Amino acid sequence: MSYLSLSDKDKAEMLARTGAAKIDDLFCCIPEAIQLMRPLDLPPAQSELELVRTIDAVGRKNSYVGHLSFLGGGAYDHFIPTVVDYLSSRGEFVSPYTPYQPEVSQGTLQIIFEFQTLVCQLTGLDIANASLYDGSTGVAEAVLMAHRVTSRDKVVLATSLHPQYREVVRTYIKNLGVTAVEVGFGPEGRIDAAALAKALDDKTAAVVYQSPNFFGVVEDVKALSDAAHGVKALSVAVVAEALSLGLLEAPGRLGADIATGEAQSLGLPLSFGGPYLGFMACKKDYLRQMPGRIAGETKDTEGRRGFVLTLATREQHIRREKATSNICTNQALCALRATIFMETLGKQGLRELAWQNAQKAAYAADRLASIRGVKKKFTGPFFNEFVIELPQPWAKVDAGLKAQGLVGGHGLGTDYRGLENAALVCVTELKTREEIDHLVRTLEEVLR
Amino acid sequence: MIKEIREPLIFEISEAGKRAAELPALDVPETENLLAGAPLRRELEGFPEVSETEITRHFTRLSQKNYCVDLGLYPLGSCTMKYNPKINERLSAHPAFAASHPLASADLVQGNLEVLKKLEGFLCEIAGMDAFTLQPAAGAHGELTGMMLIRAALEARGNARKYVLIPDSAHGTNPSSAHICGYMVKEIKSNENGTIDLASLAQEMTDEVAALMVTNPNTLGVFESDICRIAEIVHAKGGLVYMDGANMNALTGVVRPGDMGIDVLHINLHKTFSTPHGGGGPGSGPVGVKKELMPFLPVPVIAEKGGRYVLDFDRPRSIGRVRAYFGNFSVIVRALCYILTLGPKGVREIAEFAVLNANYIRKSLEGEYHLKYATASLHECVFSDKFQKEFGVTNLDIAKRLIDYGVHPPTMSFPLIVHGALMIEPTETESRRDLDHFIEAMKAIAKEAKEDPEVLHAAPHVTYVSRLDEVAAAKFPVLRWEKKA
Repeated sequence: MSYLSLSDKDKAEMLARTGAAKIDDLFCCIPEAIQLMRPLDLPPAQSELELVRTIDAVGRKNSYVGHLSFLGGGAYDHFIPTVVDYLSSRGEFVSPYTPYQPEVSQGTLQIIFEFQTLVCQLTGLDIANASLYDGSTGVAEAVLMAHRVTSRDKVVLATSLHPQYREVVRTYIKNLGVTAVEVGFGPEGRIDAAALAKALDDKTAAVVYQSPNFFGVVEDVKALSDAAHGVKALSVAVVAEALSLGLLEAPGRLGADIATGEAQSLGLPLSFGGPYLGFMACKKDYLRQMPGRIAGETKDTEGRRGFVLTLATREQHIRREKATSNICTNQALCALRATIFMETLGKQGLRELAWQNAQKAAYAADRLASIRGVKKKFTGPFFNEFVIELPQPWAKVDAGLKAQGLVGGHGLGTDYRGLENAALVCVTELKTREEIDHLVRTLEEVLR
Repeated sequence: MIKEIREPLIFEISEAGKRAAELPALDVPETENLLAGAPLRRELEGFPEVSETEITRHFTRLSQKNYCVDLGLYPLGSCTMKYNPKINERLSAHPAFAASHPLASADLVQGNLEVLKKLEGFLCEIAGMDAFTLQPAAGAHGELTGMMLIRAALEARGNARKYVLIPDSAHGTNPSSAHICGYMVKEIKSNENGTIDLASLAQEMTDEVAALMVTNPNTLGVFESDICRIAEIVHAKGGLVYMDGANMNALTGVVRPGDMGIDVLHINLHKTFSTPHGGGGPGSGPVGVKKELMPFLPVPVIAEKGGRYVLDFDRPRSIGRVRAYFGNFSVIVRALCYILTLGPKGVREIAEFAVLNANYIRKSLEGEYHLKYATASLHECVFSDKFQKEFGVTNLDIAKRLIDYGVHPPTMSFPLIVHGALMIEPTETESRRDLDHFIEAMKAIAKEAKEDPEVLHAAPHVTYVSRLDEVAAAKFPVLRWEKKA
């Protein structure tokens, strides 16, 4: 194999130094009874050229990429400037470990520090960590954090929180004596305020809501935060479409105590769901309860500025079972991509990009709702995705659209009873007016 | 590396009006009162404004302040810093994968599902397990998933139990993962060989214990030769055995965890299967199980039906999802490519050359550095600073001085059972020249420790920054840039 770097001569001399007669002797500490006495049943080794052909052939089985798609729902197709791929693929970024030796990791550490700063600026909160696995586990970590901060055992989850995020939260809390209750939505597509008021009590650790929510609708973050604070619970804002923060007011300025979510939108390809980029920011009061790695500024022996991983006493390698989280490796390279993306788009660009997304989605929603029998399901303000309701089950319409090479949206019937005729449609800057119009025309034909 | 030029934070070079990206003009009619009813922000306060040239220089300069595997030996013990094949980077970014959406219906992403199913099958064969889930995003996430599976299986048997046994040599994530799964941790002492003491295991293994979490080979690089007996003791009392597969690099093609009594394990694709660490992720921590635990695997499970791949959500006993979508897919593609490149012989050679290289280093440095355990070791070896302490030199000094010789330091101060530890794992991909360079550097440092300890205390001398004040960083945390008033 070409990744091994020893010649036969090296091998023989090195073996001699170890005192072993042959390589198998180095494994003599493994009882023979359990050693594998046959070759592994794997396909024969492939050269690079053969591998390229193999993977090309597998890739061709993804007919999705030949479709014009309007899928969103937590994973968003955005333009990625060339500098993001170019710079983030440098070996100096791709091939180091976690920066445990700061003197030879200043590149990664300074970038994490810049990433933390950008996340604070986006969310309007005091501090941010170096990243978490993804949006779903970010929410689970935020729930556990609220549980630690408040010593309370109940969380209120909005039904309009991403269905898969809710599932992950339930998986995480099941064994910890924490319970979750769900609060539904009203005709605006926002959390049902009356139901929320009923669900809140002095056992509530947090109100966890997504904005823009799974239906694309922007929640009233201020009202939700006030409601949470009314029972001394934490207000946890989940943002699955991080780009929305280019335009929408920062959750931290509207009362959120913790903001967490998914930053895939900021320079990461769809890549069938991962790797993505979980982020978390919070008020500084909760710093000691924050999960995950954090980079901090300090000085070297000569007084020069440098960066280190800090506040490790929260973490598993020091605190072991008393740690704030078991997380160790996170998503550093994804955070690097997001940092390059955010700094490249910059102050003006990110806002314009967000604005264009909202404009295109607004145009698409109006055009789709002009089709006879089609209407916007919710009345609340939306960012770059929205729900349409059709006169027949989405599954049927979807099949008709696919036959025309279109993936028109994400059907909501599986996750929301009563929304069998509805679909979530996402329109980013990548969709041209012509493509939007094409969707409208094709849907019209399919419904005819 | 240009040592003296300081690279500012991007925020410090930002100037109003600069930009590095232009967008096309909006091609749809503008909607007035956009987002009416939602509070909008006036501006992205503090966000940088720079040109593309400045972006490229900033990140290129920062990159040059990192050490990495592409530059040289990176012998962090239990981290398996092997070479990351470049073709895997290219193929993981294949447009057919990169552009595919995780909510696309299964019929449109048969290629992706084939990737997942194939890797599951390969890992089953390599680890000797019956099924794998690829959903966990990292090793610690895999541990958590594995412990949840154990809990679910024991609940199904009637009692989830209270405790998890963990050897004192284990990774810090093990106790933490067990705790987040609702278990209390009991520590098992190591014996004089550095392995699990059977007598204390037998004593602690009661019917209140859910599982033993074992790392094999352990963090000393020592294989638990009594692993079958260990599993028998745990199984006899109705417990299950979890294996932390972080050190799987020592075993591939030689012995399979499933053949030594392991019920559940996680594997780190970013260690054994060559996917890059990325400066701290993304990783991937697939979890393998034996038959009894299969009903509890996270949803969805990929199944085959009439020659097509389908997603099976109808699994009433599943622990649920541990992550949205399907895991770190592009990391999974890299691992698949790696196994396809290596083939059966190549996968066995991973272990063979990793163990040869580690033993070569061990033999070469014995006598120069103290070796607490004489037990034979596999893919890594753990020395300590005991000899150098006599001259007031610690493992930290040795580690920092190695940087001056152009090598990344080994893992320090771990495992906890070796005081002043230097845990060295060279991996299989290193050349004799790089191994010898490391050995010579370690010998030179041992000599310096006797003759000129000051040079070690002040190391590193050649880096962009010298030793950093970590105490001040934690005491007076500055965790973000802020505009000076």
